[in-house]
Amino acid sequence: MSKYTLSVNGRARTVDVEADTPLLWALRDTLGLVGTKYGCGMGVCGACTVHVDGQPARACQLPVSSVGKGKVTTIEGLDAQASHPLQQAWQELDVPQCGYCQSGQIMSACALLKQHPRPSDAQIDAAMAGNLCRCATYVRIRAGIHRAADIAATAKDKK
Amino acid sequence: MTHADTTVPARRRFLRQSGALLLSLQAGGAIGLASAAELDARPAAGEAFAPNAFIRIGADGRITLVSKQPEIGQGIKTSLPMVIAEELEVDWKDVRIVQGDLDPAYGPQGAGGSTSTPTNYDNFHRLGATARTMLVQAAARTWGVAPADCRASMGSVHHDASKRKLGYGALVKLAATLPVPDAKTVALKDPSSYRLLGTRIGGVDNGLLVAGKPLFGIDTRLPGMLYASYVKCPVLGGRPVGANLAAIKAMPGVKDAFIVEGTENLNGLRPGVAIVADSTWNALRARKALKVEWDEGEGANHSWAGFTAQAHAAARNPGTATLRKDGDVAAALAGAARSVEATYTYPFISHASMEPQNCTAWFKPASGELELWAPTQNPGAGQALVSSTFNIPKEKILLHITRSGGGFGRRLSSDFIVEAAAIAHKVKAPVKLTWTREDDLQQDHFRAGGFHFLRGGVDAQGKLVAWHNHFVTFANRVERPNQENSGGSVLQPGSGGNLSGDEFPARWVANCLLEQTPLECRIPMGPWRAPGSNVFSWVFHSFIDELAHAAGRDPIAFRLEILGDKDTMAGTGERGVPYNVARMRGVLQAVAEKSNWGKRTFARGQGAGVAFHFSHRGYVAEVAEVTVSKDGKLTVDRVVVVTDIGAQIVNLSGAEHQVEGSVIDGLSTLMYPELDLEKGRIVQSNFHEYQLLRMPDTPAKIESHFLKTDYPVTGLGEPVFPPLAPAVCNAIFAATGKRVRELPLSKTDLSWS
Repeated sequence: MSKYTLSVNGRARTVDVEADTPLLWALRDTLGLVGTKYGCGMGVCGACTVHVDGQPARACQLPVSSVGKGKVTTIEGLDAQASHPLQQAWQELDVPQCGYCQSGQIMSACALLKQHPRPSDAQIDAAMAGNLCRCATYVRIRAGIHRAADIAATAKDKK
Repeated sequence: MTHADTTVPARRRFLRQSGALLLSLQAGGAIGLASAAELDARPAAGEAFAPNAFIRIGADGRITLVSKQPEIGQGIKTSLPMVIAEELEVDWKDVRIVQGDLDPAYGPQGAGGSTSTPTNYDNFHRLGATARTMLVQAAARTWGVAPADCRASMGSVHHDASKRKLGYGALVKLAATLPVPDAKTVALKDPSSYRLLGTRIGGVDNGLLVAGKPLFGIDTRLPGMLYASYVKCPVLGGRPVGANLAAIKAMPGVKDAFIVEGTENLNGLRPGVAIVADSTWNALRARKALKVEWDEGEGANHSWAGFTAQAHAAARNPGTATLRKDGDVAAALAGAARSVEATYTYPFISHASMEPQNCTAWFKPASGELELWAPTQNPGAGQALVSSTFNIPKEKILLHITRSGGGFGRRLSSDFIVEAAAIAHKVKAPVKLTWTREDDLQQDHFRAGGFHFLRGGVDAQGKLVAWHNHFVTFANRVERPNQENSGGSVLQPGSGGNLSGDEFPARWVANCLLEQTPLECRIPMGPWRAPGSNVFSWVFHSFIDELAHAAGRDPIAFRLEILGDKDTMAGTGERGVPYNVARMRGVLQAVAEKSNWGKRTFARGQGAGVAFHFSHRGYVAEVAEVTVSKDGKLTVDRVVVVTDIGAQIVNLSGAEHQVEGSVIDGLSTLMYPELDLEKGRIVQSNFHEYQLLRMPDTPAKIESHFLKTDYPVTGLGEPVFPPLAPAVCNAIFAATGKRVRELPLSKTDLSWS
């Protein structure tokens, strides 16, 4: 066991775990941040998507010892009021069915919107292909991303 | 003391132990709470009116409704409470929903077979109407007027003649003293006055979901909780004989490691090795060092190639069972103007719910109580299996139903619950068992594979006159010591692996022979979304299409002719299910119209296909339009779905969700998943090998239409799934001339020139 101090959602958090412990399990078991989900453990389903320094990363593939000073953002830290445009759009359009994959979907979509504030369907398909949804809510995820882009643009105009 | 009396303190105990759960309020709609325990712990705001186990109205006018059914993504936690809220005449934004524990006070609580809506719909109307009736009576008594001169609307009772009104909150004290009327006698709302039912309402847990709050079984955390992994034999049906347990126990964080003997029941507690640690990861990393000596058992001989050879050999002989025999198939085939022979094959597949199987269990030796937190579709079965396996009385097993990260029938099984109970029984501390994705895919209760050997014939007028199917399926040997002439055991086909002698088009063809032969195996099988129907519809509507083509007939005209003019077709035998032919004609004709069937011309490489299916009380017809590129890549351009599930759509958003999800799941299951079996082991291990459809393959257009008919309301988790695969495959044939007779689609070269 070794101690690692991580930056998670803007706070310094110390975890005492084995060096090869994936960030996913440190978040879920040690820090109690269970919004980041376990789906496959090999980086192919996207359920554990978080941001490290603003870039999407698969938390199940990231040993705690390799995170270093990287700033980790999880679904719990996406927005202090849980009212990020994607979180608003997801509720407005009733995107989730079971909902298990949706925090990973939102984190991937968030990275996409940073890069392409008005993404095309093709850009959405490319950016979201790494996130499985077994309930197959893809139609609404796509619509939700477009709607979030609208909400973000409106908010920007008001500023 | 009744069971209900004992569970209430147990719930309170749970709350104290698990700590406060977060709750966020969202404007404009009802919200979900994680469990009924939260409700019990909330200080009552003065008096409360609770006329039944499902409704509680506080003096502040806030309404709390219990959702008794497990939420697996089908939307039941939103839709059934909507039924109460409608009759109760309240504003949805004043309603909060709590998940009920397993409790006899709620009646049956299994979510399977798309039954949650039909078995509860009428009762939930009456629950809401009962409470509303009592609130109206309380207001009438307060004002000294007749109840008939009062009306309830949006959380208040009004006396229009005197322009007086009282909010429900002001009435709860008096209402709570009134006798509860017989639910059968209360007046229900006229459907034309519904404000809520039939509208689009978002899921009550959406606010918690998008914020990443704990809701799922796998999110359960208890003070002092340990984490477990459970390793079963890679050969299905095998058992551990020994393991390097001392070495495993010496690994970092490991608290215990032991062999669980288990039982012979393939769907019960399967034998395995448990590793218990202080974190999930420490259990998993110890597992990598685990060395087990296995008794692989007779399952070690199984292979898909071997089963395929056995199936083809079986097809050369009569089936071991005759399911139906009408007319003379041999003579009809001999006399047919055209006949077709084809074999359809589909593999074993896994459920692959996104949340792997898991369960948290806490055995308390002092009291003998076992507390469970389980993402289950079938909490009663879980309790019963744990009770019988460990000889713990049911009343000492408290089961909390958590939200499930997908069900698809997987969580009707209780293997993960009984495994967690076995581990908790030994460690005597709260312990969360989490399956790996590999466990989940390879140790499933699988959807059975199958082989259909079909022959059919049409006469000179192009009418279907002969249908012969020899279905080769899979079965487990199960003990039946008391069954006569069984020799103590019988072969029981897996869920969905038993063809009904009534399955369409069997009742409609004058010369029909259905035979079945089971292949014995040690592979655990279980219900998979629309069991049986999920493959039978593909096989039969593909083969009907082959016959329509042989006859030179339009696929819809050919099917309408088969359905004929009768309005109902009786089921065979006592348990036969009647088929409402008029309803099926209705959806088939509607889908033809909505899709502009037969009025469009398609370029080569493009085409449309049709199929319909009746299952789970729902009548569904679908038309798919596809493009197949010259190199054989499939794109589904449009799917039109017409569904008849009765008189009322409960939650339109939820219903459309189930239609879209079933269509895409149907397409996914057609295109990708497949499990190979070699030396008794499932070959595919994780999502890199077990592919499922992702965003880029999503059809551009899914159009959903509901035909409202004067029949009882029913559920929508399953019936839209079955017709999708045959509609797409028939469209592929129209586009390319290539007939898909094996799943998944990758088995068939669709390229054309």
